[in-house]
Amino acid sequence: MKATQEFYYLITGVIMILVLASIVGYTLSKKVTTDKARATVDNLNARTRSWWVMVLIFTVTIYLGHWTTVVLFFMLSFFALREFITLNPTRKSDHRVLFWTFFIITPLQYLLVGVQWYGLFSIFIPVYAFILIPIRKALAGDTTKFLSSTAKIQWGLLVCVYFVSHIPMLTKLPIDGYEGKNGMLLFFFVVTVQASDVLQYVWGKLLGKKAIVPNLSPNKTWAGFIGGIGSTTIISSLLWWATPFKPWQAAIMALLICLAGFAGGLVMSAIKRDLRAKDWGNSIAGHGGFMDRLDSLCFAAPLFFHITGFYFGSGIDPTPPEWVYSFMGK
Amino acid sequence: MIKRTLAAVIRLATGVRKQPASTLPDGPVIYFANHTSHLDFLSIWAALPPTIREHTRPIAAKDYWNKSPLHRWIAASVFQAHLIDRNTSARTDNPLEPLKQILNKGNSIIIFPEGTRSRYGSPNKFKSGIYHLTKNNPKIPLIPVYLENMNRILPAGEFLPIPLLGQIEFRPPIKLIDGETKNNFLLRAQQSVQHDDQ
Repeated sequence: MKATQEFYYLITGVIMILVLASIVGYTLSKKVTTDKARATVDNLNARTRSWWVMVLIFTVTIYLGHWTTVVLFFMLSFFALREFITLNPTRKSDHRVLFWTFFIITPLQYLLVGVQWYGLFSIFIPVYAFILIPIRKALAGDTTKFLSSTAKIQWGLLVCVYFVSHIPMLTKLPIDGYEGKNGMLLFFFVVTVQASDVLQYVWGKLLGKKAIVPNLSPNKTWAGFIGGIGSTTIISSLLWWATPFKPWQAAIMALLICLAGFAGGLVMSAIKRDLRAKDWGNSIAGHGGFMDRLDSLCFAAPLFFHITGFYFGSGIDPTPPEWVYSFMGK
Repeated sequence: MIKRTLAAVIRLATGVRKQPASTLPDGPVIYFANHTSHLDFLSIWAALPPTIREHTRPIAAKDYWNKSPLHRWIAASVFQAHLIDRNTSARTDNPLEPLKQILNKGNSIIIFPEGTRSRYGSPNKFKSGIYHLTKNNPKIPLIPVYLENMNRILPAGEFLPIPLLGQIEFRPPIKLIDGETKNNFLLRAQQSVQHDDQ
């Protein structure tokens, strides 16, 4: 994408926040005395350090353009799916269909994002992959827990791959008067979701008492929910100049992203709870696994994509790219 | 260099972490693990810290690794594996003797006391080799290594692995207790490489 003035402002803003977080973390680490507080501050600092790495990777890939963004999100989907299937006990007879899922279906979905074939992109997993998976499982001949193990694979694919693949698709969503700036729309989306996560965590730690769903997630409190989502909505609406939205529209969009993000996090925690796991993995220091960071992105991504496309888009072309026609001889 | 790269690739593919050198003893050790997949010895080999890896020899089945010159080369040059004959009626000398020599030279070994891959979650009954080995080398620590999910990444009978996350756990050493019967010891050793819930 074209690195506009606005893009540099966005990045400078995020870096300033991280510098501030690092300074606060460092000051706190010098002050704490109790073991419990030390553990909290250590976790906070581990999170901040990981944020530096994530922001760096994310910014560079967006700056480099469409295909690098596609590859980055392909890798995120791949690793998230890896965690999802690892925690969900699958059967030995699922081996071949899982091979298809990881090495054929997932790359193909991102290839469709890459070549911008929106028509097939939007139905490839919910139609074709969802039909293929039970067929391949039936051919394997193992009928024990057939529906539940089929559903696990389909759900993993839907959440980790299909939903997440809407994020890089944002880079090519046609919006009148916003050509070449879509990278910032992606930035706005990811920053809103992640800021909402962080601020919900901070407000929850500071004031949180009453959990929203105590059985599911004792850390998701009303104070965290209201404070986190409220403050994120305000902060994100201040970024309206980087988006195709007016300030009040940016606020509504941010609120919507935060609510969908909260819902995604809640649902993924319910699955985690059911599997008796605390985190999805341990790949990112302080955060857990890839899925622990993507959980709130996954539900928000398709909603943000479609609502932005519906209200602000100038119509996305579902037809295949030219070379597909010439390949078919049409 | 090539070996370190290979170890890194194996760790990336199986999801196992490198074990910090400080958690493992310096001298010769007998590592024994549950066996569910061809990936088992690869992942233990890759998880060992490089300094220890150099002095550790996996003990593998001759019938598998002697199949072709390529197999033989990989076993000998890359992994420094020692191959043993699983066919008990065909072998003439004591298969434990060479293992004793490896240990006497100060090298460690990796063994799979089940002798073959188990098809189900929990380990098969242990063969008696590990009992005789530790009885004859009582000073050498016996470290249980629990491997998780390797059978899901590459189950027996499949050729292509899938990218799930495996885990490796080096557990506290066990010892043959004075007067313990062979069967009791084998059962205890077997339980030391089971999943915690079992």
